[in-house]
Amino acid sequence: MRRRTPTVRDSLVEALSVALAPDRVHTGDLARRLFARDASVITGGRADVVCFPTSTAEVQACVRVARAHGRAVVTRGSGTGLAGGAVPCDEPVLVVTTKMDRIIEIDEDNGVVWVEPGVINLDLTRALAPFGYHYAPDPSSQQSCSIGGNVANNSGGPHCLAYGVTSAHVVAIEVVLADGSTVMLGGVEAEPCGLDLRGVFVGSEGTMGVATKVAVRMTANPPAIRTLLLDFMSVRDAASAVTGIIAAGVVPAAIEMMDAAITRAVEQYVGAGYPLDAAAVLLVEVDGLPDGVAAECEIVERVGREHHARSIRIAADEVERALLWKGRKTAFGAIARIKPNYYLHDTVIPRTKLVEVLEQVYAIAERHDLLVMNVFHAGDGNLHPLLVYDARDPGVLERVHAAGAEIVAASLAAGGVLSGEHGVGLEKRKFMSQQFSVDDLDHQNRARRAFDPDNMMNPGKVLPTGASCGDVQHLDTIPAGAWL
Amino acid sequence: MALSRSVDDFVEEVGGLDTGPVCVRGGSTQWLVGGRVQPGTREVVAPAGIVTYEPAEMTVRVGAATTVAELHEALAAHRQTTVLSGPSRATVGGVLCVGRNGLASARDGRVRDVLLQAAYASAEGRRVVAGGPTVKNVTGFDLCRLLVGSIGTLGLIGEVILRTRPQPDVDVWLNGICDPFALRRLLYRPASTLWDGTTTWVHLEGYAADVTAQQQICASAGLVPCDAPPELPPYRYPLRPVDLTTFARQRDAVGPFVAEVGVGVVHTTHRCTLRRVPSAEVIALHERLRDQFDRTRRLNPGRDPLACDENAG
Repeated sequence: MRRRTPTVRDSLVEALSVALAPDRVHTGDLARRLFARDASVITGGRADVVCFPTSTAEVQACVRVARAHGRAVVTRGSGTGLAGGAVPCDEPVLVVTTKMDRIIEIDEDNGVVWVEPGVINLDLTRALAPFGYHYAPDPSSQQSCSIGGNVANNSGGPHCLAYGVTSAHVVAIEVVLADGSTVMLGGVEAEPCGLDLRGVFVGSEGTMGVATKVAVRMTANPPAIRTLLLDFMSVRDAASAVTGIIAAGVVPAAIEMMDAAITRAVEQYVGAGYPLDAAAVLLVEVDGLPDGVAAECEIVERVGREHHARSIRIAADEVERALLWKGRKTAFGAIARIKPNYYLHDTVIPRTKLVEVLEQVYAIAERHDLLVMNVFHAGDGNLHPLLVYDARDPGVLERVHAAGAEIVAASLAAGGVLSGEHGVGLEKRKFMSQQFSVDDLDHQNRARRAFDPDNMMNPGKVLPTGASCGDVQHLDTIPAGAWL
Repeated sequence: MALSRSVDDFVEEVGGLDTGPVCVRGGSTQWLVGGRVQPGTREVVAPAGIVTYEPAEMTVRVGAATTVAELHEALAAHRQTTVLSGPSRATVGGVLCVGRNGLASARDGRVRDVLLQAAYASAEGRRVVAGGPTVKNVTGFDLCRLLVGSIGTLGLIGEVILRTRPQPDVDVWLNGICDPFALRRLLYRPASTLWDGTTTWVHLEGYAADVTAQQQICASAGLVPCDAPPELPPYRYPLRPVDLTTFARQRDAVGPFVAEVGVGVVHTTHRCTLRRVPSAEVIALHERLRDQFDRTRRLNPGRDPLACDENAG
């Protein structure tokens, strides 16, 4: 019998197995296939060794062992990212944080809660409920996305309109750096001294280190909440109403918009009572103290009528409110009723340009003979055009890509940006130079290099480089229950 | 509306590595924060003026040398404001570079979250833009957060786009003698709760009826309306909110103070030894960032974000 010579990879796996435990270091075909992609349309990732650490010390060990073996480190939370940020390139050591899922301390006195990165977003809010608090950022994937992933992508959600995105809610982060050392960024103090290292780490998509503990703010539950559903006979009127509400000096907790096609699909899927014949609906929520809520509710109703809202329904109770939100947050599950595939974009435009850019989006889709659906965070101008298609149709993928590129171009031309909450990952690297100059990108790269001089943490993501990984050309079905 | 000078002119005046040390002077209201600038350093002045203001967008584009007072006067015409604060001479760029929050940060947010986009001069004399013009943006690395509180050591800000917010319908200050921690738990997001160890001040803002209802809660705790908050002592220290009670017990040692309850900042009449010493890893990251952005330390030489002097002057 011929004995196989131990390889460098054998040494890597052995070292990781000693540092963690053999059953938390996976190298099998199933693991490598499963973790080769995230919830994005990007395929072509190459996972090799998949680790499940349970502590900061184990994450440090993963990073040090990977470094000693010349392997990069890619961190993955729940894998719900939509831009390919967690897609492994060139067989890195994949650090999956799902087993680091403890809520460490609910610290009411300081108004923060310390969590491990694998804690699920909605679980955190549920844990805070008995204390009268919640965690404000609420991506539609909040039932499955993790706080660590939220930190990596600076995630948003409907209620970030009034409360701000993840960065505004994270006060401190324990990070394992590329050399295996740990550092605490930020602090529970109001104004930690020095540069805002915490701030630049949030949204860095795993390129600056691995978050192993996070302190987030506890947000007091508002005493009063009202949720309104306004329906319109034209998208233009609905979009104008959004601009009108903000112009009236009201910043609701959320303003979400759904156009006719997605509203019908959602209604048939959830039965939330959305009008089937509306051209567009707005889901608006105002919260705060009772009289302010009543006043803002009146303003929203007035502006809605000024923009020809056909009906305005106010949720009578928490059950009806929850049903309306269920419709909005499960919109993507409904799309399978229409076409088997879709490609979801994520750009932001000035909210005063909603009408004109939405009209361009519909025109672009029509020009490319594609169906587009819009369900998005209208209050902050965060568009999510869904190009819906059947991948079996000859030539459809080329049209989807061409239309997507035109939508990105239209958003940038209107004074917008590439991403509002999904991040850049692999998907939007190629567009970065359309928004930023060479000098702008150079400075972003300098910030990354300060944290990771040797480019060992999630290399090839965010910034455009010559290296390639993943194949965004091969569009595939997003897993059921995908979100934005 | 126009700038007093273009950002490109400003960047050109800052110059490249061969033009020596340079610093920006704003309103000089927090000039010593971060240390004294190296003697002989050339001073430049950033562009001033409001470039564009779109009330319906709730964003404003301004030169960094615009005073906060001038900015807020323009915004007030549309019943808007920002979270920036400071004396009348304080400039937008200066307040951002220092990064200290106003008294209403618990309700209205922190200075670090108001900056959407910044155009700045790099140490090499290049024009660099960080962030984006929209109210929501996760495109690329968030250099705007790094610039706020950097004391001008990473780049010299010429122009910014800021997030605005609605002005409250009404606001009222109250004071009296009560337990500020207990009172704060009864209120919903008061703008400020201040305490000097004896007297409590509360700032309420919002819709009139809501403010009246919250005011009644304060009244039952013994607070009555007053004209203004107390004058803040010159030295300023961030603490964990929970440490305020321990701090107050050392009153004989620390002297008179005003504390921001729920936030954790304390304002004292003289220097204390309260500031947390940064870890070696944090110091190393600072050095690496400064090496990347300004290897020769020509921007605001002598100043260090980690040596943020407590003196407001």
